[in-house]
Amino acid sequence: MYRQASRLLIRALGGGRPVGRAFSTDAPAVPVEDSTFVEAWKKVAPNLEPPKTPLSFMKPRPPTPSSIPSKLTVNFVLPYQSEISNKEVDMIIVPATTGQMGVLPGHVATIAELKPGVLSVHDGNEVTKYFVSSGFAFIHANSITDVVAVEAVPVDHIDPSLVQKGLADFTQKLSSAATDLEKAEAQIGVDVHSALNAALSG
Amino acid sequence: MAMAAFRREGRRFLLSPISHKPSTVARSAILSEEFHPSGTRSISTQVVRNRMKSVRNIQKITKAMKMVAASKLRAVQVRTENSRGLWQPFTALLGDVPSVDVKKNVIVTITSDKGLCGGINSTSVKISKSLYKFTSGPEKETKYVVLGEKGKVQLVRDSKNSIEMTITELQKNPLNYTQVSVLADDILKNVEYDALRIIFNKFHSVVSFIPTVSTILSPEVVERESESGGKLGDLDSYEIEGSETKAEVLQNLAEFQFSCVLFNAALENACSELGARMSAMDSSSRNAGEMLDRLTLTYNRTRQASITTELIEIISGASALTG
Repeated sequence: MYRQASRLLIRALGGGRPVGRAFSTDAPAVPVEDSTFVEAWKKVAPNLEPPKTPLSFMKPRPPTPSSIPSKLTVNFVLPYQSEISNKEVDMIIVPATTGQMGVLPGHVATIAELKPGVLSVHDGNEVTKYFVSSGFAFIHANSITDVVAVEAVPVDHIDPSLVQKGLADFTQKLSSAATDLEKAEAQIGVDVHSALNAALSG
Repeated sequence: MAMAAFRREGRRFLLSPISHKPSTVARSAILSEEFHPSGTRSISTQVVRNRMKSVRNIQKITKAMKMVAASKLRAVQVRTENSRGLWQPFTALLGDVPSVDVKKNVIVTITSDKGLCGGINSTSVKISKSLYKFTSGPEKETKYVVLGEKGKVQLVRDSKNSIEMTITELQKNPLNYTQVSVLADDILKNVEYDALRIIFNKFHSVVSFIPTVSTILSPEVVERESESGGKLGDLDSYEIEGSETKAEVLQNLAEFQFSCVLFNAALENACSELGARMSAMDSSSRNAGEMLDRLTLTYNRTRQASITTELIEIISGASALTG
């Protein structure tokens, strides 16, 4: 009777899932490879294994659903960490170069370049605000949004006094700048600090 | 008294070949031989002892190097896994077409500066050379940009003219995004490209490193591919949000993609280098341990043999006097 118990238990769990350990890279079970590349590689270097491509390390994205989904899936990545990965939210507002852009589920596919500003993530009643330096936002047709930024800080970590000081510094540098490069750098500094200022107040 | 004289005789015999010329002291230290009454020779214990001392030192050094690599690996691994999300949005948007057919290819090979890290640099270089053959053809030109001393040394040997830029001492300061983006900017300014292929070793686990190639297309090629359909076909369906033209946005996108992918690739390669160094030093210390065991046996045998010969001399001397 006890011998059958384990078998019955596995059947109850759902047909006996394969017991395996996931790889540290979280690769999908079926490696997606570019077959034309592998074929052409074999002709050039038959004895060498073809190198893998990033596609084989990524989970395939879901296709565009026919109806508008209710939630937006957000991935917010920075070079040092993935702030938000695969979180389902109601809406996000990204600071695109043309101004604050709201993204709802079912938004048309867009590539947006970001300027320094506030990114806010709305999930139900909670709103999380980050100040992003700049980057890109990709909104895909299947309601997945990727935001790639270089630097981002939660708005409550910003020190107002340092912002004022930085703004004053850069405005002064802008007026005293000689070469075009210095002018451009000072202008960038002024832009970022004024955006920081706006983020703190708004 | 006579036994002492006999013993001194034996030792004088031993010392005489050594004390002749000081210049040969070194040579005879390596090959000092004892001439036994029976005519057989054996290596002196001093030689074996010296060899054991040096092997023991090597074992200590390689063990220490393994510990250092392990501790550095822990730190870099955390940063690498955090940066893994960085290239995924770009691949999700633009797909990955390593078999794209373009005129100007640039192969960016990422290798390490320091050695003693197993075979990862050789694998990267082998794949770069195969990729060079893969992308070469009539009207096509392929160039190398090498990051890291080890790759430069290997590629300079036969492809010196195809190397456009080499960058060394990448890891003098811990890798950070600013440094890599400046480097990416540098490369993009100096090199004309239609497609950039970055070759690095992706860190899969401490004992397994997967050579990987990431392809980045220039904005013009992206336009061309999206117009012709195929993998990038649905790029056209994306609206461009911004006051700039599509070409400018694509240009910025390509540059940003390159710096992000290069950052991740450099981190992964650093991780793989440390992991490979760990396993290389581990097998080295294990080999040194085995060698030490064998040498200890030889040492004991030699020691016992010399004691036995000394005893034989004494006893035969004594029996010659009495018997």
